[in-house]
Amino acid sequence: MPTLSEAESKAVLAAHGVPILPERVVATADEAADAGTDMGFPVVAKLNGDAIAHKTERGLVRLGLADADALRAAAAAMLAMATPEDGAVGVLVAPMVSGNRELIAGLAHDEQFGMTVMLGVGGILAEAVADVTFRMVPIQRVDAAEMIDDLSTQKLFGPFRGEPAIDREAVIDVLVGLSAAAVADPSLVSADLNPLIVVDGRPVAVDALVERRVERSEGGV
Amino acid sequence: MARDLSPLFDPKGIVVAGASTHPGKFGFVALHNILANGYAGKVFATNTKGESVLGIDTLTSIDQLPDGEVDLAFVCTPAAANPDLLRAAAAKGVRAAFIASAGYGEAGDEGRRAEEDLVTLCDELGIAMAGPNGQGLISTPSSLCAQIVAPFPPAGRIGIASQSGNFVSSFLNYARLSGIGISRAVSAGNSAMLAVPDYLEFYAEDPETAVSLVYVESVPDGRAFFERLRAVAAKKPVVLVKGGATDAGRRAAASHTGALASDDAIFDGACRQAGVTRADTVEEAYEVAATFATQPLPKGNRTVVYTTAGGWGVVTADAISRTSLELLALPEDLLAEIDTKLPPRWSRNNPVDLAGSETRDTIPEVMEIVARHPSVDAMIFLGLGIQANQGRMEREGPFFPDHGLERIVGYHDRQDARFAEAAAEISARSDKPILTATELAVCDPENAGPAAVKESGKLCYASANRAVTSLDHLWRHARFRQARGLS
Repeated sequence: MPTLSEAESKAVLAAHGVPILPERVVATADEAADAGTDMGFPVVAKLNGDAIAHKTERGLVRLGLADADALRAAAAAMLAMATPEDGAVGVLVAPMVSGNRELIAGLAHDEQFGMTVMLGVGGILAEAVADVTFRMVPIQRVDAAEMIDDLSTQKLFGPFRGEPAIDREAVIDVLVGLSAAAVADPSLVSADLNPLIVVDGRPVAVDALVERRVERSEGGV
Repeated sequence: MARDLSPLFDPKGIVVAGASTHPGKFGFVALHNILANGYAGKVFATNTKGESVLGIDTLTSIDQLPDGEVDLAFVCTPAAANPDLLRAAAAKGVRAAFIASAGYGEAGDEGRRAEEDLVTLCDELGIAMAGPNGQGLISTPSSLCAQIVAPFPPAGRIGIASQSGNFVSSFLNYARLSGIGISRAVSAGNSAMLAVPDYLEFYAEDPETAVSLVYVESVPDGRAFFERLRAVAAKKPVVLVKGGATDAGRRAAASHTGALASDDAIFDGACRQAGVTRADTVEEAYEVAATFATQPLPKGNRTVVYTTAGGWGVVTADAISRTSLELLALPEDLLAEIDTKLPPRWSRNNPVDLAGSETRDTIPEVMEIVARHPSVDAMIFLGLGIQANQGRMEREGPFFPDHGLERIVGYHDRQDARFAEAAAEISARSDKPILTATELAVCDPENAGPAAVKESGKLCYASANRAVTSLDHLWRHARFRQARGLS
């Protein structure tokens, strides 16, 4: 199953209302430095390409770049690390956001239930904790609201370590947006928004990975 | 549109095909159970030798049935005999069949083909076919016990559909114990033609049924199953308990979402999305269904624990704190009103602990005050049966009936019965659930308290935490309906 690049994945989901940080994909280290200067530091830089799925493991994600020089150096290094198997690559530059809470959301196809949408508690322990809930696509806003209620870790949704309570409507927007994206494009087989960092109470997707079936018809993004 | 299953559940006449003189055979037991439980329609039976079975002169062939007097065939004959038998039955007006015979889909490729042929044939003949390889069905409005297992339950409002015949029996046993009865029940067997959703769609339209109770193990097309159950649950509550793991679905392994998607997590989400109440255990499933059948839906989650003694109230409050229910902080006007009925030593918070301060009428009077307060949505009543329990000791002791014991024992029994009746009446007047819990429901069901709860048509919960679990399920379903504007 082919995966889309991070930028294309985000574009597919953003088209259905999933909140994505403003970002730019550029070809060179100098263009990356310009993009960072435009959006303001600190920023994140990642190598971007259709065939790159596990960026973190390969050192292709650079966080907290504080100025144009640091960004230029990181971009140049990552471009140099690209292999022929990675295909066409660029550098994705996005504002560095931070928050103490992370959620995970996504789409997964199930043989018995068809496409499902998920919400869970994110972060590095996400798979161990497995505080997750699913619904069959399509969902209504009321279903999305109940998904939030399903999670065991309800304290995460209230005021937390000096940050405001999570904006439930914004989480609902994410889930309904994922559902709408799956309805609009039946070739989707999975999507991950991991993590969804909670910034000032609002979930923001800082990474996205969308998978499509090979035999999809042309069009879409 | 639900399939009309009335020939299956309310037949005007029945033929048992394959009746046997041997009391160990299904063909004997099925006929026995139909005859022994008051079914009022005509009962015929076939037997290749034409022997008399349980006083019925059997027919050697279905062809000998009178025309139009039988609409249900209960089939215990070998699988190979069934196609001809069903053709002959249809010619005599039979419109429904329960196939108890084995040797179908559960028995390899040949059986699977025979099962497919059976479905095609029944479609052609216009026969609604239950089974094969099932244990039977019951229908209390028709006093019909067409099953090869016991018991026959009291009449009530719970409709059961189960992929396991043995769990039908489990539910019927609970019905007999608790007195909360059954409208219809069916063991779906191999579900070749009629499957669990078909029965539930019939129950949704059935005036005899208030709530459906379901046991499933495998749901091959989960999406279609839950789309049908969603429509059913929008009409009447559906309580479901699931056994076994589903087939491990293949999900995209490249995604974290796929890695987190266990079969059970997806099944659970589908239940919630469809408004289906999923219970963890068979016992819990029965009790939740019994609660739906006998209590009004709460309009909110604010719960008052009402108890005659301390410890019970504390653990019940703990149990409530682990659910979607809220232990109501008693408003000032309610406190003040209760103060007029109780001495100052009562708890003055929730749990409302009467602390042994009751006079003859205190328990019903204060219960009514609490129940009618607009900020109270539901009550759990604890401590029933204490007086009658002491009464039993006195009645069975060496001093009875002297020393005034006969009079006081009678008073104890009357008081506990009265409290149980009050809970039912106040619930009806206030249109709010009031659940009564005491372990005496199982430890001494003859105690005047739990006995009167049963008499009042309510479930007497064997523990407070089980009452809390059921009430929590009721509130979750009520909340689901409210959020979608369902009445």
